[in-house]
Amino acid sequence: MRLVTAVIKPHKWEDVREALETFGVTGMTVSEVSGYGRQKGHTEVYRGAEYDIALVPKIRLEIVTEDADADEVVALIVKTAQTGRIGDGKVWMSPIEAVFRVRTGDRDAAAL
Amino acid sequence: MDGYYAWMIMATALVLMMTTPALALFYGGMTRSKSVLNMMMMSYLSLGVVGLVYVLWGWSTSYGGGGNGFFANPFDMFGLHGVSPDGGGYIAVAFQLTFAVITAALISGAVADRVKISSWVVFIVAWVTLCYFPLAHMVWGGGFITEHWAPQDYAGGTVVHINAGVAGGILALIIGRRIGFKKEPMRPHSLPLTMIGAGLLWFGWYGFNVGSIVFADDWSTESGAAANVKQFVSETGFTFLTTTVATCAAMLAWLVVERLIHGKATSLGAASGIVAGLVAITPATGAVEPVGAIAIGAIAGAVCAWAVSLKYKLNLDDSLDVVGVHLVGGVLGTLLIGLFSSSAAPGGIDGLFYGGGLGSLGDQFMGVLVAVVWTGVLTTVLALAIKYTIGWRISEEAEVDGIDSDQHGESAYDVAVGTGVLS
Repeated sequence: MRLVTAVIKPHKWEDVREALETFGVTGMTVSEVSGYGRQKGHTEVYRGAEYDIALVPKIRLEIVTEDADADEVVALIVKTAQTGRIGDGKVWMSPIEAVFRVRTGDRDAAAL
Repeated sequence: MDGYYAWMIMATALVLMMTTPALALFYGGMTRSKSVLNMMMMSYLSLGVVGLVYVLWGWSTSYGGGGNGFFANPFDMFGLHGVSPDGGGYIAVAFQLTFAVITAALISGAVADRVKISSWVVFIVAWVTLCYFPLAHMVWGGGFITEHWAPQDYAGGTVVHINAGVAGGILALIIGRRIGFKKEPMRPHSLPLTMIGAGLLWFGWYGFNVGSIVFADDWSTESGAAANVKQFVSETGFTFLTTTVATCAAMLAWLVVERLIHGKATSLGAASGIVAGLVAITPATGAVEPVGAIAIGAIAGAVCAWAVSLKYKLNLDDSLDVVGVHLVGGVLGTLLIGLFSSSAAPGGIDGLFYGGGLGSLGDQFMGVLVAVVWTGVLTTVLALAIKYTIGWRISEEAEVDGIDSDQHGESAYDVAVGTGVLS
């Protein structure tokens, strides 16, 4: 089993969700997060005072998939969330040992 | 005359609204979320404290007998002893009370986030006594400034705005900078509150300016009363309109300057421009014609938009720009009367641009100078006295954690997001 985590631009979230749903991903965890990468932050000016706002709002997705689907899920996110401009975000995957469904106790593929 | 008193009761309530909640909202929105309650409380306490002080010895010190040119005898009419409610006496007290309240409250913007609330209460009692009541006496009570130069100050350019602006600057200097000033972002936490506050200030300001009419004739004679009614009708229209157009012009001017320098016209700029325009037209509202009012508003909006950036160069943490808006706007409005005043306006004096020469400008300048010196010296003494006795600042830890929780035991917002089960 694999955990795919993606941090993407907020305005791309709807497109990514739709693409993943079409592909067959049945569920995910989504959070609003802040952070920065090479994009750094942006500046805001209040009464002439310029502030560097270091953190940029992003959407973070966490999706548990079977090993066989992981590469395709990642590729789909990369393709859909891409604008080609700095600040598009990151996607990474990590191995996980097992996943369980709380309601039934099902394990791994049956739990997805 | 009946209509006048009905209007004055309304005007008094409008000016009261300028402090609570308008100024409290305007300032509160500009602070960080951890100090908004303290900021608002400073305005509410100004009302509570100065409201009482005014009735006890404020009116007497401003308009009582036994004056020495600088202030009247505080005990002459202590507790309004000898003031009759008949003939609008109490209405006049109530109206003037609201001016003292907001002047004290205006100062609080200079010292946001860091001052013990007990020290603030002590300060405003002493400050209105030493600085506000005497200046009201000198300018409006027939005292020193009026005796010598008779500058025009229709609704409080010197008494209210220059007075509060100087005091704010001195307090910011003596109390010192907030921890993290110029290093951490200190963004306004709620610009909608600030926008609501600015809008309410504008609305309330009609009470402030239009209510400040003083009649030329004697109400007790038939011809005098007729002349006064005529004056009321024309002069209130005048001050209402000059207040409006100056404020429109100031808001736009501030936005234009921002747009040119920083590329964006901001909501904070609009709110600030509104207040700068209102401040500048306050002394001039009865001195200039509508076109002159537009000029004063536009100049004040543009200059104040630039002036608020000076504190970073001076390294002075005048947190919410009491100097940049109230002192600069108040001085501009008071001095520009010397250029733009017109004999066609209720003040009846021609300034430099209307062929009146430099006389008016000189009178206006002296009014500013005396106000700045008086309040500058006495505020310095008072602020130092508090610094070395009861102290001004809350602890460093309390300031970083937030003054709301330290001084009031409250937080403005429940910051939990989502279901709230973890909070």
